[in-house]
Amino acid sequence: MKPELTATPRLAPGVRLNEKSQLPRTLLMPERALRLNGPSLEIVQLCDGHHTVQQIAEKLHTLYSKAEPQRITDDLLGYLALLHDQRAIDF
Amino acid sequence: MPTTLPTPLALVAELTHRCPLHCVYCSNPLELAKRESELPTQTWVRVFQEAAKAGVLQVDFTGGEPLARTDIVELVHAARLAGLYVSLITSGLPLDEAKLAALVEAGLDHFQLSFQGATEQTAREISNSTSHPQKLRVLEWLKKHRIGVTLNFVIHRQNIQELEEMLLLVDEHRPGCVEFASVQYYGWALANRQALLPTRRQLEFCVAKLKEAEERLKGKTRVVFVVPDYYAKFPKPCVGGWGRKLMLVSPDGAVLPCHAAGVIPGIHFENVRDKSLQEIWESSPAFQKFRGEDWMQEPCKSCDRRHQDFGGCRCQAMALTGDPAATDPVCSLAPTRTKVDAILASINEPKPAILEEKPAYIYRPNPA
Repeated sequence: MKPELTATPRLAPGVRLNEKSQLPRTLLMPERALRLNGPSLEIVQLCDGHHTVQQIAEKLHTLYSKAEPQRITDDLLGYLALLHDQRAIDF
Repeated sequence: MPTTLPTPLALVAELTHRCPLHCVYCSNPLELAKRESELPTQTWVRVFQEAAKAGVLQVDFTGGEPLARTDIVELVHAARLAGLYVSLITSGLPLDEAKLAALVEAGLDHFQLSFQGATEQTAREISNSTSHPQKLRVLEWLKKHRIGVTLNFVIHRQNIQELEEMLLLVDEHRPGCVEFASVQYYGWALANRQALLPTRRQLEFCVAKLKEAEERLKGKTRVVFVVPDYYAKFPKPCVGGWGRKLMLVSPDGAVLPCHAAGVIPGIHFENVRDKSLQEIWESSPAFQKFRGEDWMQEPCKSCDRRHQDFGGCRCQAMALTGDPAATDPVCSLAPTRTKVDAILASINEPKPAILEEKPAYIYRPNPA
C-alpha cells in the first residue's frame, strides 16, 4: 500500500536503527534486519513521524539532483510501500 | 580452499532451563541444565559485549523461561547498552505490570508471547499449567508500551482446530506480528511426536485459513506460518547454515551452533567461562564441524540447492538417520526420505487409531 504525499511515516513499534557508531547502519526489527545505505538510509532517517512523504521526496531530489525527480518520487513511494508491507513503518 | 568466515548476526541467550510451564512440544534438550550451573549476571554481560563486538545485531532471550531469571531487567539493560536489539521469547510468566514497565525502560525492543492454545483448557493440557489467563493479562499491559509484539501460537494436531479462535485473538489485539509455528521434532517434541504431528488434511486447512488471514491483515499484522519440516519438499536452511549466522549460549555457558546440537555425539562444545565468544565462533571444532561443504555427502555435495539450504538440518539428520552428515531426510532428494514418509503414513493412512486415542504425553519437567 503506497502512502499519500501528505502522510508522515514513522518506524513501527519495535523497529529502530542501530546506533550511529555501528556500521553498517542497519534497520532492526523482530527477527529481521535490513542493511541500509545511501538513499534507503536517508529515507528511513526521515521516517520520524514529522516529515511528510512530499518533504522526504524533496530532500532526495536535492541529494540526487542528477536523477529525474518523478523517478525519485516513484521509487520512494515503492520503497515506503515495501517497508509498510513488512511492518517496518506505519503511515 | 579457504572460505571467508561469516559474521555472526544472532545470539540466542538460553538463560535458564527453569520454566513454570511443562509443554509437551518443548525443544529444549531432554537433559536440562541445573539451576546451580547457570551463568552469573556478569558473565552474560560480558557475553553481550563480546557478541556486539563480533558483529551480532540481535539477541533473543529465551530458555526455559527467561523471566525466571531474577536479573532479567539487568540483563536486558546490559544487552541494549552493548548495542544489541533485544527480544524476549517468553510464556509471559512470572510477570506483573511493574516488571513489564521495567523491562521496557531497560531497553527491551521486542516481546514474543507464546500461546499453547486459544483456550484455557487446551493450554492446560499442553503445558500442564494454568498460564493462559496470565497471557491475556499480558496482552492488555503490552498495549501501554510502544515495543514490538509477536504472538507465537505453537500449533500441532491437538490444537489446530482452534485456529479460528487464535485468529480472533489476533484480530482483537493487533500485534505487529503473529507467528503460527508448527512444532518441529526435537527434544521433548520428538518424544511426543505421535501425539503432535498434524494430518495432511489439518495442514491443508491451516494453509488455506492462514493465507486468507495474511491477506486480511496485510499492512496491519505480519503473518508468519512455519510448516512442519516433515511435510516440506525441501529442507529449511536450518539456522541459516551451521556456524553461518547464529550462535546459542546455553544456561551453563556452552556455545552451540543451534539449540539441538547436543544430540550429535562426539562434539565438544566450548564454554564462555573459558574463552571469548569470538574465539569460539571462529575456531571451535564444534562450529567448524559443518561449515563449508567438505563434510557434505551426496546428493548435497553436487546439488545446486546446497547454496540455499546448506543440506538442511544436521540435528534432524542425526535424529532420523543416526548420521549428522547425511542429507536432511526431509529433502525429497534424500535417499532416507522414506523414513519421513513412513512417519507421515502412520498419521495419515489409513485412518489410524492413534488419532482417536487420548495422547499419553510426556511432560517436560522443571530442572533441579
